Amino acid sequence: MISFSSNTLSRSRGDFLLLGSVRLLALTAGGLLFLVVAFLFHESWPALQNIGLSRFFSDPDWYPTENSYQLTSMVWGSLLATTGAVLFASPFGILSALFCHFYAPPLLARWYRRMVELLAGIPSVVFGFWGLMVLVPIIGRWHPPGPSLISGILILTLMIMPTIMLVSHASLAHVPIALIHTSSALGFSRWSMIWHVILPTTRMGLFTGILLGLARALGETMAVLMVCGNVVQTPSHLFDPVRTLTANIALEMAYALGDHRAALFMSGLFLMGVVALVVSTAEALRHRNTYVSAK
Amino acid sequence: MVTIPFIWIMGDLLWNGWDQLSFSFVFSAPQNAGREGGIGPILISTLLIVGVCMGTAVPMGLGTALFLSEYTRHDHVLGRLIRGSLDVLAGVPSIVFGLFGNALFCQILGLGFSILSGGLTLACMVLPILIRTVEESFHAISQEQRLSAAALGLSKTTTIRRILLPAALPGLLVGIILGLGRAVAETAALIFTSGYVARMPESLMDSGRSLAVHIYDLAMNVAGGNPHAYATALVLVGLVFIINVSSSWIASRWTSCNRLSA
Amino acid sequence: MPFSTFFFFTLRVFLVGPLLWAWAWEYPSARAEGERLIITGSSTMAPLVSEIGKRFETLHPKVRVDVQTGGSSRGIADTVNGLADIGMASRALKSQEQHLNGSVIAHDGITIILHTSNPVQELTDDQIRSIYTGSSTNWSHVGGPDSGITVVNKAEGRSTLELFLDYFHLSNRDIHAHVVIGDNEQGIKTVAGNPNAIGYVSIGTAQYDAAHGIGIRLLALQHIPATLETVREGRFPLSRPLTLVTKSPPAGLVKTFIDFAQSPQVHDLILQQYFVPLQG
Repeated sequence: MISFSSNTLSRSRGDFLLLGSVRLLALTAGGLLFLVVAFLFHESWPALQNIGLSRFFSDPDWYPTENSYQLTSMVWGSLLATTGAVLFASPFGILSALFCHFYAPPLLARWYRRMVELLAGIPSVVFGFWGLMVLVPIIGRWHPPGPSLISGILILTLMIMPTIMLVSHASLAHVPIALIHTSSALGFSRWSMIWHVILPTTRMGLFTGILLGLARALGETMAVLMVCGNVVQTPSHLFDPVRTLTANIALEMAYALGDHRAALFMSGLFLMGVVALVVSTAEALRHRNTYVSAK
Repeated sequence: MVTIPFIWIMGDLLWNGWDQLSFSFVFSAPQNAGREGGIGPILISTLLIVGVCMGTAVPMGLGTALFLSEYTRHDHVLGRLIRGSLDVLAGVPSIVFGLFGNALFCQILGLGFSILSGGLTLACMVLPILIRTVEESFHAISQEQRLSAAALGLSKTTTIRRILLPAALPGLLVGIILGLGRAVAETAALIFTSGYVARMPESLMDSGRSLAVHIYDLAMNVAGGNPHAYATALVLVGLVFIINVSSSWIASRWTSCNRLSA
Repeated sequence: MPFSTFFFFTLRVFLVGPLLWAWAWEYPSARAEGERLIITGSSTMAPLVSEIGKRFETLHPKVRVDVQTGGSSRGIADTVNGLADIGMASRALKSQEQHLNGSVIAHDGITIILHTSNPVQELTDDQIRSIYTGSSTNWSHVGGPDSGITVVNKAEGRSTLELFLDYFHLSNRDIHAHVVIGDNEQGIKTVAGNPNAIGYVSIGTAQYDAAHGIGIRLLALQHIPATLETVREGRFPLSRPLTLVTKSPPAGLVKTFIDFAQSPQVHDLILQQYFVPLQG
């Protein structure tokens, strides 16, 4: 973006006031993360001191009341469930945004959009409840025990798809109309226009949508807790139950004291670590991409 | 494809919740742990919590998004730092926000279990979504508009008020809808901050149970709570629907007025 | 009305916010003439104590009883820190908690549940132990149909789990679970949705749900049927007290409330929530 600090002719007092307040707000928002991280560190400090970081990887399993604290299998659980959900949800989300914007008749598109907005507002508890009552028994009949990685992935897919679709839709709406006119004047078919013109120009927006969805899936607690089975193990196939880091916190926090409690805050920190890793990888990828396409 | 699970879920909710739903259910107080009676006080608490949340998050989100897109260059260190930390923040599980809010607002700032602490905690939670979507729509505004505004000698404030904000309105709206959706639906963060009390709130400092917490409690903790859990979920979804429709209606009104006045 | 008005309105709200905050902060002291009781803890007890609190408020109109959940350990921690006046624990006090004061207000039992379609009528303690430790993995081992067993266990730290392990002389490490659950209703819904599942939950909840057409069946333990009756008579082997915890011996309003919660005046509320009231 061009920062036009010196190219305006008129400068009013309002400008400085606005800049000041906007900067303050941005710093507060950014500072929030540091507050949260500081809080997590403060709370998990006893665990780091009494247990030590390495034992979170090297202990054989997770039995906090018997002094065994291994988190790797739950990190896997979180990662697998999230990856699966993003793999399912992004194509569906983006395709339905495209459908809504380019193919559907206006009335249908409006109702479709409204429906997805509504889907975005259904509480995770309701998703979890529905998953527990409807989805899990179906999967259980097909391949017992039922609560499993796959049911978690399906529920998460449903939950993050609206996010991806709405954000993609908003960025599709911003494609300059001239671009669309030009490409149809050039005789592009609708699909090749989407593929060669629309998708490249909206790449950033689509990416933001996927990233937000990903973050939501990683952070989701209640629904996952209700459908995933919560057994601490590294899953070997889709029908194995898993426990995610978030479910671990939600299941045990209310009943934990001392080192156990601190170890749960450690899982919170781990989760933040995973999110930070994903975000920075995505950022790096995005930078390389813009670089390549600029050449 | 997408429609099927949606219709399934809604059908399930309607099928099980519709006959529970009535005027008195929505406005009366719960009896016998929610198995009987209604959800009146809970509805009011929810609205208050969401109001506090949005009242804090929308101005903050707008300001931050403006800063990120208009006052920093895209690859500026500070901007990238803030953006990165927001992305990470978006992935913090809600229960961690709950514990954090409990420590910061309830204990350190002395607000106790209250609607105010709940709303502020939620504001922290929806901020990343709000900022990223609004920023996205600021970015999408073509550069020519900014340049021509500058060429006309408009001050920055005027440019933002007259050109950027109206153009970014759809994005802001998506952000608000996503944020509201998360705020209204939140359970884990609210149990630890705004609490479990189902009495009619007397001030923002009172503890108030939200609809989602009520659903969770009925579904997971109260035997025989299912019918009212369904009905409450139906009310919640209806609430989200009303908010969505009215916000997009207001937005369309505003943009058309704005075009005329500009 | 131009959009800018909206923006500056919100900006103003943001500036006024802190003032509002300050006002809200001062507010409770302005109407502090009414007393407030804060109770936190066990999610199992929260609905019951909320109802008791509501009735208490009608008898003492100036008092407000705020009930918060978060689990037994939280209740005890909050009571020790002074954040709560009374803690709720759905278990007896542990040996390292003896410096606290516990007052039992009701009892609850724990029962083994199966899906209704499961033909197995009774299991001995040894059979249950072998199922939970993973040495019996098929219902045919214990006289049922030829299908795999889905073992439903409770999450670490729950008082139900502790009681269960204690009774069967197991450690959580020995248990080979297929599903791990949190609250009672989740366990019931899991078992009701899976014909091969076995789980254990609070008796009151299970009895209510079984009577209302949810697909679960309660198993007897040592030939004693799992009902609220046998828990009341003290015959059922797996039961736990629901306890209100205070830091120092109860006095004043706290004592009034605990006395009220133990009195026969609330027995109907306890029965309504499917727990067992105190004798006499």
